[in-house]
Amino acid sequence: MNLRRDVFQAIADPTRRAILLLLAGQSMTAGAIAANFDTARPTVSRHLQILTECELLSQEQNGREVHYHLNLHKMKEIADFIEPFRTMWDERFNKLEAIMKNYTPKK
Amino acid sequence: MERKTKVYAAEGTQDLDITREFDLPLELLFKAYTEAEIVTQWMGTRVLQMESRPQGAYRFETTDADGNVLFSAHGVIHDCVPERSITRTFEMANTSFPAQLEFLEFEALPGGRSKLHIHIVYRSAEDRANALRLPFAHGISMAHDRLQEIVAKLT
Repeated sequence: MNLRRDVFQAIADPTRRAILLLLAGQSMTAGAIAANFDTARPTVSRHLQILTECELLSQEQNGREVHYHLNLHKMKEIADFIEPFRTMWDERFNKLEAIMKNYTPKK
Repeated sequence: MERKTKVYAAEGTQDLDITREFDLPLELLFKAYTEAEIVTQWMGTRVLQMESRPQGAYRFETTDADGNVLFSAHGVIHDCVPERSITRTFEMANTSFPAQLEFLEFEALPGGRSKLHIHIVYRSAEDRANALRLPFAHGISMAHDRLQEIVAKLT
């Protein structure tokens, strides 16, 4: 399995990015996560399943509840993360450049 | 495509360097960093506050169509020297990521071009690693969708 490609697919979706950001601060149950979105509960469950399959999230049984938490440590060494980080900044800066090339000062 | 943006993260340190050359005069590059209505376009987030001056501050917030806050970040601007440098902090609200310190240096290049160097100091090497692992969280820029939107408007 190409973990990295799957990770990119996983984070291409805005709801999944929002779930990851939500879990950056704490572990949460599926219900608590779903409460943050207007999306139907099964849709949120599907997002959680995708994130779990590509190992961005892991599940932890806590009595009758299942908590989801971010699984940063299973991910690869730091060098592997520089490229997506760089790409994010490159896109951002390309955007900045395109906007400023069309910039006309207000008077 | 040419790799215009370079990122350096030496092993075992808590620093990060980002450099980029722009096909823009220095004045326009600096403006893109200091004027709220421009920052909002390329960062893909709402800019609630942008006081680009010594002891100023800034606040970003991204919400979805229903008003849920997806991303919220803020920082203080320690120093701001027009067309030269900005020293500021950055922190995401409601996450476990600690604040980071950012030194931005703006430089004019021949031929109406300019260069930006960002030096970021994280709280620890581990915090740097976490920040690198969450490129989507660092600004949750919706980079792909927003880029398409903006390019569509330009063409």
